[in-house]
Amino acid sequence: MTSSIDLGMPGASGVAGVPLLADGEKQTKRDFTSDQEVRWCPGCGDYIILNAVQSFLPELGLRRENIVFISGIGCSSRFPYYLDTYGMHSIHGRAPAIATGLATSRPDLSVWVVTGDGDALSIGGNHLIHALRRNVNLKILLFNNKIYGLTKGQYSPTSDIGAITKSTPLGSVDQPFNPVSLALGAEATFVARTMDSDRKHLTDVLRAAAQHRGTALVEIYQNCPIFNDGAFDVLKDADEGEGRILRLGDGEPVRSGEGEQARVVIRNADGNLELAPEATADPARVLRHDTSADDPSTAFALSRLDGAAMTSVPMGIFRNVQRPTYDDGVRAQVAAASPNGPASDDELLQMLHGKDTWTVAG
Amino acid sequence: MSNLKQINSVVVRFAGDSGDGMQLTGDRFTSDSAVLGNDLSTLPNFPAEIRAPQGTLPGVSSFQVHFADHSVLTPGDAPDVLVAMNPAALKANLGDLPRGSTIIVNTDEFTKRNLSKVGYTDNPLDDDSLDAWQVHPVPLTSITVEALADFDLGRKDKERAKNMFALGLLSWMYTRTLDGTRAFLATKFADQPDILEANLAALRAGHAYGETTEAFSVQYAVAPAPMEAGTYRNITGNVALAYGLTTAAHRAKLPLVLGSYPITPASDLLHNLSRLKHFGVTTIQAEDEIAAIGTALGASFGGSIGVTTTSGPGLALKSETIGLGVSLELPLVIIDVQRGGPSTGLPTKTEQADLLQAMFGRNGESPVAVIAANSPSDCFDAAVEAVQIATTYRTPVILLSDGYLANGSQPWRLPTDIDHLPSVSVEFATEPNATDAKGNPTFHPYVRDEQTLARPWAVPGTPGLEHRVGGIEKADGTGDISYDPANHDHMVRTRQAKIDGITVPDIEVDDPSDDAKLLVLGWGSTYGPIAAGARLARATGAKVARAHLRNLAPLPANLGDVLRRYERVVLPEMNLGQLALLLRGKYLVDIQSHTAVRGLPFTGAEIAAVIGEHLDVLEGSPS
Repeated sequence: MTSSIDLGMPGASGVAGVPLLADGEKQTKRDFTSDQEVRWCPGCGDYIILNAVQSFLPELGLRRENIVFISGIGCSSRFPYYLDTYGMHSIHGRAPAIATGLATSRPDLSVWVVTGDGDALSIGGNHLIHALRRNVNLKILLFNNKIYGLTKGQYSPTSDIGAITKSTPLGSVDQPFNPVSLALGAEATFVARTMDSDRKHLTDVLRAAAQHRGTALVEIYQNCPIFNDGAFDVLKDADEGEGRILRLGDGEPVRSGEGEQARVVIRNADGNLELAPEATADPARVLRHDTSADDPSTAFALSRLDGAAMTSVPMGIFRNVQRPTYDDGVRAQVAAASPNGPASDDELLQMLHGKDTWTVAG
Repeated sequence: MSNLKQINSVVVRFAGDSGDGMQLTGDRFTSDSAVLGNDLSTLPNFPAEIRAPQGTLPGVSSFQVHFADHSVLTPGDAPDVLVAMNPAALKANLGDLPRGSTIIVNTDEFTKRNLSKVGYTDNPLDDDSLDAWQVHPVPLTSITVEALADFDLGRKDKERAKNMFALGLLSWMYTRTLDGTRAFLATKFADQPDILEANLAALRAGHAYGETTEAFSVQYAVAPAPMEAGTYRNITGNVALAYGLTTAAHRAKLPLVLGSYPITPASDLLHNLSRLKHFGVTTIQAEDEIAAIGTALGASFGGSIGVTTTSGPGLALKSETIGLGVSLELPLVIIDVQRGGPSTGLPTKTEQADLLQAMFGRNGESPVAVIAANSPSDCFDAAVEAVQIATTYRTPVILLSDGYLANGSQPWRLPTDIDHLPSVSVEFATEPNATDAKGNPTFHPYVRDEQTLARPWAVPGTPGLEHRVGGIEKADGTGDISYDPANHDHMVRTRQAKIDGITVPDIEVDDPSDDAKLLVLGWGSTYGPIAAGARLARATGAKVARAHLRNLAPLPANLGDVLRRYERVVLPEMNLGQLALLLRGKYLVDIQSHTAVRGLPFTGAEIAAVIGEHLDVLEGSPS
């Protein structure tokens, strides 16, 4: 069951080695919908994400039993219960570690982690950065609502400075993480940002993440209607939303807005990135996004254009590069150590005997 | 021509600076004794610092080996021979040396500077302070350097070979052959022919020194111990644990996945297992203790045998995940190589003070199986048993070893063929086990086996058995989230009943007199000292029964009856009475605790004295 598969790295897909449906077999959203009653608050962004994931999964054409969702603790972490795949709702912050053990021991599974801003970046920060560093073949969906929802409204590691919450009645003085910057700093090979309300964009990003061999971190802006309602409304606003979002298209200029309001990212003489009116920008300085750039510093610089005011928020795939994965490497070593298949009983006995033995006659 | 004396047993302690190679010297001397057929037991004792300042008391590292022509139960209460490579080694160990025993000292190191480093104002070799011992002053360093005069090596390299000189000398004294060490050195220094030749020459020179120096006029021989026929090897507890885990996985035909984080004295498990990839062993050195057990649990969910190895502080960090394992009801093996605590405590010293942590150190009612190995070679069987229980009952199992077992060694009779090894069989769920509301076949993850109360192990990749598990309380049977009060009460009791129902063998009592009134009970690594103590006491006519616990959760079914059968029960533990507390509560027996937490195992003599005191109480004499 856990036999090693030659993945022909690099360039293999994130789902290489995972059994496909037989010819003619088809799956639909229904096949991925469990019989459990969904218990998120009315209006929660999680519903939209669940819907998008359930609708997207059939498209992968993978056998349903070979897909596993592992979550930590928090509102988002109830996700696995609602998907009719294998799943584990684990403990706070530890899903990436548990998923690492599963993905490393089972190359025939497509392993997904569902986590939130508190789960992934606060209590589980250590596991997240190490999963990214190792580049285990995992897809991590980080639902960011900038608040602790399940514990009813404390500030989170992504809450803005000044955020008034139950535990910061005078405003938070705690510097927030930018999850994308953090992931890029941890040498993640796939980093993307998308939003619960943009179904098409979300699905496009999920598709690319699934195909990526290695750890894919997808930050999903998700609205918590109870404790932080409207956190991302400025991005969803029909009038000004598009002016705030910087679309990341591979090989394309990074731009936002339309007409006279259109802006592009340019690289200054000092190397820094800056937004400039598209109409007057020096074409030679306009940044063309390159997701496959080996050097992550431009992707990092793009991630820093964002801020609490959300006036220029890059959306899309920041980085998508190939690097050998930890799990492939571990399995390759185990496979290379036993080229003739599982060790025989005699080999086991030999190992137990070691080098120095003596015999006592009967 | 030397004089050959036959003796029954010897305890030798090699002591020197951390950089003097005493562990290696002791290890080689042990192997050479094992090959001669002596029974033996060893006790390495070294500082937590890798290199404490040279020549100081904190930097002293020692290795004690007890070998005999009869069965050996402990590394020996006190050395018959101390090899002291410097003043610090002499000072640190002299207190353990019975008067009349032998001291071999490296006089070269007894310089003014080295003496003052350890607080000697006068050279003890020059005054009468060592008159009670037989002291052999040997300029070990300078003779070694002289013996290597023809070698094109720096003085430092030549000096470094002095441990081989000492080994050669001791090998001559106790008529051990040098062949094993020669072969060992040939492999170790295969790439450094100069160093190899120098070490071999030092070894020969030490041997020749014994033969030609009048001071060492007597040679000793220790005959082979009568042992069960078979092939033996010497094995430490940590190697035996690694081999036991690997064997269990091999027998179960499942991959073993170790998630671990380096911690003394458990790191050798990670080292040993990482070299066994050809047996399908995967090792993951995780970012922390929590991730280590997380990867193991993830692998268990996927159908591997998930194992994590640690010591006390690491077990504390793993608590929450063990609780998740209890809730998920998946196999998981947690090995705790106990060391002195609390907190960082004594990283390189032994203790048994994690028992209550293993039993209860989690939130909620969170029962797991707990077993304890009782000797270095028993670690092999304990590891196999841990895997058997974990896979049969789908439960976390905590296996308690300790620093004494981890690094100590003893001969182990090797299995001659695979059928002499216990079998481990695992069946995964393959078929639906229930029907849904519409009458369609479905899978309920918490439908239990009537016999074991274990739930099915349905691994991802099995069609039709897709299911979700998690730490939120589950409805019995369906596994749906359930906050129902009655269900929670039922599940809490069921998880406990599952652990209570694990089949464990009855505890056996060793009582040659057959009418002892005093029982000495032990668990874990106190097995050797307690058996040695009982043997000493019985040799003086004392009637004492002895019993040892392997299974701590659940306890053997006959334990209560056994305890109540004796007028007095004494329980030695290297903690402040943790098992005594449990047994008093469970069986209402007035167990007498004998405790010590010195970072060292009990001695046989200490236990014999404890037995004597309790017999005095029973006989009404003043204690």
